[in-house]
Amino acid sequence: MMGTMNFLQAINLALKEEMHRDEKVFILGEDVGRRGGVFLATEGLYEEFGDRVLDTPLTESAIAGVGIGAAMYGMRPVAEMQFADFMLPAVNQIVSEAAKIRYRSNNDFHVPMTIRAPYGGGVHGALYHSQSLEAMFNSIPGLKVVIPSSPYDAKGLLKAAIRDEDPVLFFEHKRAYRLLKGDVPEDDYVIPIGKANVVREGDDVTVITYGLCTHFAQQAATALEKEDISTHVLDLRTVYPMDREAIVEAAKKTGKVLLVTDDNKEGSVLSEVAAIIAEECLFDLDSPVQRLAAPDVPAMPYASPLEKYYLVTKDKVESAIRDLAQF
Amino acid sequence: MHKYERAGLQKDDLLYMYRTMLTARKIDERLWLLNRAGKIPFVISCQGHEAMQVGAGMALERGKDYLLPYYRDLAMVVHFGMTIEDIMMSNFAKEQDISSGGRQMPGHYGSKKLGIVTGSSPVTTQVVHAAGYALAGKMEGKDFVCLTSFGEGSSNQGDFHEAANFAGVHRLPVIFFCENNHYAISTPLDRQLSCVNVSDRAKGYGMHGETIDGNDPIAVYAAVKAAVERGRNGEGPSLIEAVSYRLTPHSSDDNESTYREADEVTEAKGRDSITTFAQYLKELGFFTDEDEQAMHDEIQAAIDEATDAAEAAKYASPESALLHVYDQ
Repeated sequence: MMGTMNFLQAINLALKEEMHRDEKVFILGEDVGRRGGVFLATEGLYEEFGDRVLDTPLTESAIAGVGIGAAMYGMRPVAEMQFADFMLPAVNQIVSEAAKIRYRSNNDFHVPMTIRAPYGGGVHGALYHSQSLEAMFNSIPGLKVVIPSSPYDAKGLLKAAIRDEDPVLFFEHKRAYRLLKGDVPEDDYVIPIGKANVVREGDDVTVITYGLCTHFAQQAATALEKEDISTHVLDLRTVYPMDREAIVEAAKKTGKVLLVTDDNKEGSVLSEVAAIIAEECLFDLDSPVQRLAAPDVPAMPYASPLEKYYLVTKDKVESAIRDLAQF
Repeated sequence: MHKYERAGLQKDDLLYMYRTMLTARKIDERLWLLNRAGKIPFVISCQGHEAMQVGAGMALERGKDYLLPYYRDLAMVVHFGMTIEDIMMSNFAKEQDISSGGRQMPGHYGSKKLGIVTGSSPVTTQVVHAAGYALAGKMEGKDFVCLTSFGEGSSNQGDFHEAANFAGVHRLPVIFFCENNHYAISTPLDRQLSCVNVSDRAKGYGMHGETIDGNDPIAVYAAVKAAVERGRNGEGPSLIEAVSYRLTPHSSDDNESTYREADEVTEAKGRDSITTFAQYLKELGFFTDEDEQAMHDEIQAAIDEATDAAEAAKYASPESALLHVYDQ
């Protein structure tokens, strides 16, 4: 069975299937119950699963910390942070606790918890409903950070995250929720965490990216076919820990690498990708590694022209690939 | 009827209570000696907290209820099943440390099999985990309770308030056990709270709150026992504040002469439960000077043996530092 659905429906389906599969799975977060989540990611689940979909007080640190406690006990909590921007009060619980519990207890305790959070801009969300926070969690051993790029991946990766024995931050691009549609099998499948995915084979330029930017990279690559530019696109899928082998292979494939993120440039997860390429691929490169990212300003402005200026778009990706092809 | 009888305790319980308090005190004293002799890098003390910790711990059911302690809870974890050797292995940071295999500083207790949940150094994070355990128990239809402890300074942390509110809203069987020893490192109570008691805060979270004498293990036992029963009966969380005094500096790296007078400490030592509870047992005729001496000797011998064993034990291999980041 295969159905066409959007990214949000794929998330909802993954949650529903996992709650049916394993009664230890439960959801907690703000407005996730009767409201079905402010983006409707959990729509219909409260009606189906009752108290396993728990409306919490406004209390991000407790959403994470209660989830951690329940996970240590043996449950499989899926916590929702209403917006990635609002998860900063929970960082102590995520970084000091979730990430370190297995290590600090010498493997006695562990935290099989998923934290979902909508991230990214382009929906007039301004500074505090648009941020990409993955870089903040990108050097925290003990955590896994997953960012799907399509409805198919969203379902398979979320199911993998829920079944994972360690804490997984699962960032969902909020603009992708309704923008991206695709075929999603109705059956049970999981996509392995920690493995990148070649979404397009090409010979001239390699684009390494993740999340919604993967979509822009594919669109740009299609447009550039007319100009006889062949683009290779690697979707990281998991930004931490990174799939080093896949990055090296993709970089060597064309020798020209463009890294794309909708986070701001300095210290983004791309910096680590660039470092891996510098360590492993120097003699295979035909051009300097390029990064396309948002500007280094604190966050995304509200007014449309400013927001548009800030955003990474298909056109910007296309232009950056073209420049690199001509290098 | 004696106070201990009203609390549902018997002579053997009181003797066990005292033995556990004394064991913790004597371990603690040994740790300071080892630290000053340069054999262990760090000590964080339970002295002054023994009565409240053993009283509270005894109100729980071992093997069923969960403990989410903080770094001063030596006496509580000894009651919950950590042996003297376990404590020594941890203080020497040896491979056999059951809390962490020598990875964490001492005082960061944890053992799944004992029902003691692993803790960290940023204070009060464990209080939220207690609500998580309790929520899981409620979802699974279990009737266990979770006791989580913390200092009065920690009752100002956001995580305390988030956990208390969460547990209050969802009627979770959590016992918030505040060990008020008057000092958060150097900062005294009146610079930590503008209310009179930490337990005043219970009202804001719709839970039972009370303040008790932390030097009286029977009073603490009775208060926590009642909280346990409320929790098991679905009546939600409680905030129990036990008041005592920190008889040592904050840690082996602290210099308390910069912030409190020696007289104040001396005066508090006059209320030390290790002395007053022994006296109480003698007044009841449960305990003689000879019994006391024998108990001291027996515990001391066990501590000597555990110290030697821990000193001689091996460290985890250096390369083992790479293990257990993720499931393997």
